Amino acid sequence: MNKISSILSRSQDKQKRGRVLSFAIVIIAYIIIEIMLKTGSLSSLFSSLLVPVTCYVVAAIGLNLNVGISGELNLGQAGFMSVGAFCAVCVSGILAGTVTAGIPRLIISMICGAALAAFFGFLIGIPVLKLQGDYLAIVTLAFGQIIKSVFMNAYIGIDSEGLHYSFVDSSFKLQPGGKMLLNGPMGATGTAKIANFTVGIVLIIIALLIVYNLMFSRSGRAIMAARDNRIAAESVGIPISRTKMLAFVVSAALAGAAGALYGLNYSTLVPNKFDFNTSILILVYVVLGGLGNMTGTIISTVILILLPELLRSLQDYRMLIYAVVLILIMLVTNNEQLKSKWKSLTGRKAKGGASNG
Amino acid sequence: MKRLFKTSVAVAMTVCMAAALTACGGSGSQQASSGSAAIKIGGSGPLTGPAAVYGNAVKNAAEIAVEEINAKGGLQFELNMQDDAHDPEKAVTAYGVLKDDGMQVSLATVTSAPGAAVSPSYAEDKIFAITPSGSSPSVIYADADNMSGAYGNVFQMCFTDPNQGSASADYIAAHTDLGSKVAIIYKNDDNYSKGIHDTFVAEAAAKGVEVVTEQTFDDSNAQDFTVQLEKAKEAGADIVFLPIYYDPAAIILNQANKMGYAPTFFGVDGMDGILTLEGFDTSLAEGVYLLTPFSADATDELTVNFVNAYKEKCGGEVPNQFAADAYDCIYAIAQACEAAGVTADMSADAICEKLVEQFTTMTFSGLTGSEMKWNANGEVTKSPKAVVIKDGVYVGVED
Repeated sequence: MNKISSILSRSQDKQKRGRVLSFAIVIIAYIIIEIMLKTGSLSSLFSSLLVPVTCYVVAAIGLNLNVGISGELNLGQAGFMSVGAFCAVCVSGILAGTVTAGIPRLIISMICGAALAAFFGFLIGIPVLKLQGDYLAIVTLAFGQIIKSVFMNAYIGIDSEGLHYSFVDSSFKLQPGGKMLLNGPMGATGTAKIANFTVGIVLIIIALLIVYNLMFSRSGRAIMAARDNRIAAESVGIPISRTKMLAFVVSAALAGAAGALYGLNYSTLVPNKFDFNTSILILVYVVLGGLGNMTGTIISTVILILLPELLRSLQDYRMLIYAVVLILIMLVTNNEQLKSKWKSLTGRKAKGGASNG
Repeated sequence: MKRLFKTSVAVAMTVCMAAALTACGGSGSQQASSGSAAIKIGGSGPLTGPAAVYGNAVKNAAEIAVEEINAKGGLQFELNMQDDAHDPEKAVTAYGVLKDDGMQVSLATVTSAPGAAVSPSYAEDKIFAITPSGSSPSVIYADADNMSGAYGNVFQMCFTDPNQGSASADYIAAHTDLGSKVAIIYKNDDNYSKGIHDTFVAEAAAKGVEVVTEQTFDDSNAQDFTVQLEKAKEAGADIVFLPIYYDPAAIILNQANKMGYAPTFFGVDGMDGILTLEGFDTSLAEGVYLLTPFSADATDELTVNFVNAYKEKCGGEVPNQFAADAYDCIYAIAQACEAAGVTADMSADAICEKLVEQFTTMTFSGLTGSEMKWNANGEVTKSPKAVVIKDGVYVGVED
C-alpha cells in the first residue's frame, strides 16, 4: 500500500513539474518578446507572427484536450476556429459604434466567439458522443466542410436601419455608410485590427489553467478513465458521454476563442482559410508535441509555425525541407531506443541531483 | 539492433538529401542583385499552391522587366518576390520579411484577399505599392462597400472587378446583335468571379439587359458543367457570360459543344490564356468574346519583345495577362522614379510621397494599355478592349 501511494505521489510531482514548466515557458517567452518589442530588436517578420502563433497554440491546446486526454479524434478544429472568428468579426463590427475602446471590444468578441463555438460543439456532441468508435472524427470532418460552405454563402450587413442578412446572395441594399460584415466568399474585409500579443498570451495562460484544472480534477480523471477503458469506467458509474462531452465542448470553446483572436488580427478573413488542411495542421502540432502533453504542444506549434518562415531563404525548396523535417521529428520522437536512452540520461541526472541534495 | 541501424540509415539519408537540396536552393537563388545602389522592390504572390500560376507569371515578368531596366544603366532595381500561397496570413508574414529586407517600393500582392490584408500595413508604414493584379476594391479602399477611405499609396495596374463587370454589361447592352438573353455561370467561392458577377448583374438591370439564369459552381465541382449549361439552354439564353478563369471555361466550351449548344460566350480578362491551354481544341473557342487588357498575339513591338523574352525565360510558356500587368508595374515604377528623381538611398517614406505625386499626375503607356492614368484613390483608368477569337487569334472588335 505504501508503495502504491509513493508511486502516486511521485507521478503527481512529475505532473506538477510539467504544469509549472509550461506556465514558466509561456511567461518567460512573453517577457523576452516584450523586452525585444520595446527595444525594437524584433524583426517585422517575427512581430507579425506573434498573434497567429498564440492563436494556434490555444487551438492546439484545446485539441490536445480532446485528442490526448479524452481520446476522441477531432478533424474539425479549424471549423470551430472559423465559427469563433466570424462570430467575433461580426460582434466587433456591430459594437464598433458603441464600444470604441479596442480591448473591451476584443474581449466581448472573444467571449461571444468561444460561446458560439462551444454551442456548436455541444450540438455535435449530443448524438455523436453517445456512440463508440471513430464517429466523432467523421462528424467533425463533415462539420468543418459544412461550416466553410455556410460562411461561403452568408451575407451579413449593418447600416443605420440595423442588421441585414441573407443566405442566398447579397441582394439587400445597404444605406450609404453601411458595412458588409460578411460578404460570402470574400469573407470579412476592412475589419478593425484590435487583437494584440498580450491578450494572446493571457488567452494561452487561461487555456492552460482550464485544461490543467480539468485534467487533475475528478472530472478529468473520469475523462481519462473513459478513454482508457470504457467498460471499466462505465461499471464504476462514470457517465461516459457526459464526461466526453465536457472535454469536447471545452476544446471547441478554446478553438472559438483562438479563432476570434485570429479573426480580429487581420483586416481580411476568408472562409477558405479554415479548411480541412488547417484542421490537420493543428492536429500535426498536437501529435508532434505529444498526446496529452501541453508543454510539448506549445513548443511544437511554435517551431512548426516558425520553421517555414525561417526556411524562406531556401526559396522553392522550403516546403520540401519542411516536410523532411516533419518526418525526421516523427522518426526521432517515436524511436524507442532513443527514448530509453533519453530516459536513462535524465533518470541518472535526477538521481545525481537527489544524492547531491 | 537491426532496427536501430535501419532507422539511423534512414535518418542519415534524409539529412544528406536535405543538405543537398539546401545547396541547390542556395545556388538557385534568383535575386537580381546589381550592386548596393539598387532600389529594392518587394512583393508577394502565390508561388506555391493552386494559384501558383498567377504568382509565378508575375514573378517571371517582373524579373524580366527589372533585368531589362538594369541593363539600360541609369536607375537600378532589385526584386524580392516572396511566397504568400494566396493566404492573407502568409501575406502578412511575407510583408514582414520584405520590410526586414528593406523594401522601398512594392508590388503589393498578386491576388486580392492577401492584398486586402496587407494594404493597411502599406498605408501605415508609408511604402508605395502598386498591385499588378489584385483587382478587388478592398485592395485599395479601407471601406470597400462604400468605395471610400482609400489608402492613397496603394495603386492598381489592373481594372477593378466592378469596372470589368459593368464594362461587360455595357458592351452587351450596346451590341444587341450578340443576343438578348444572358445566362451567367460563375464561381461563387471566388472573390474575383463573384465581384464581377455582382456588378454585371447590377449594371445589366440598369441597362435593361435580361439575365435569364444565374448558375454557380465552386472548387469542389469545377469539372462538370452539364447541369448549368442545360439550365442555360432551357432558359433560352443566347449569351453565356463567364466571369471565370480559363481552366473551367475550357471545360464549359467543350461540354457545350458536345451538347450542341452554341450561344455567344462572353468572358473577361481571366479568359485570357485559353488559347494556350494544353490539350484544348482552340476551334472550340471560335467566336468567344472577351474583355482583356492584353493579348499575347498582338503585333506591336513592345508586346512581341516581351512575349519573346518571357518565352525564352520560361521554356516556351506564353505570358498571360498577369505577367503583362507585372511587367507594366515595374516599368511604371521606373518611369515615376526617374521623373521624380528618386535615388536608392532615399527612405521608403520619402519615395512613397514622391511616387504618389507622380502616379496621380503622369500617364503611362505599356503592354496593357496606352495613356493610362491613375486617380488619387489608386484606380487606373484604361478601357478594357473587347476582342473576339477568330481562327485561333484575338481580333479586336471595333465599337
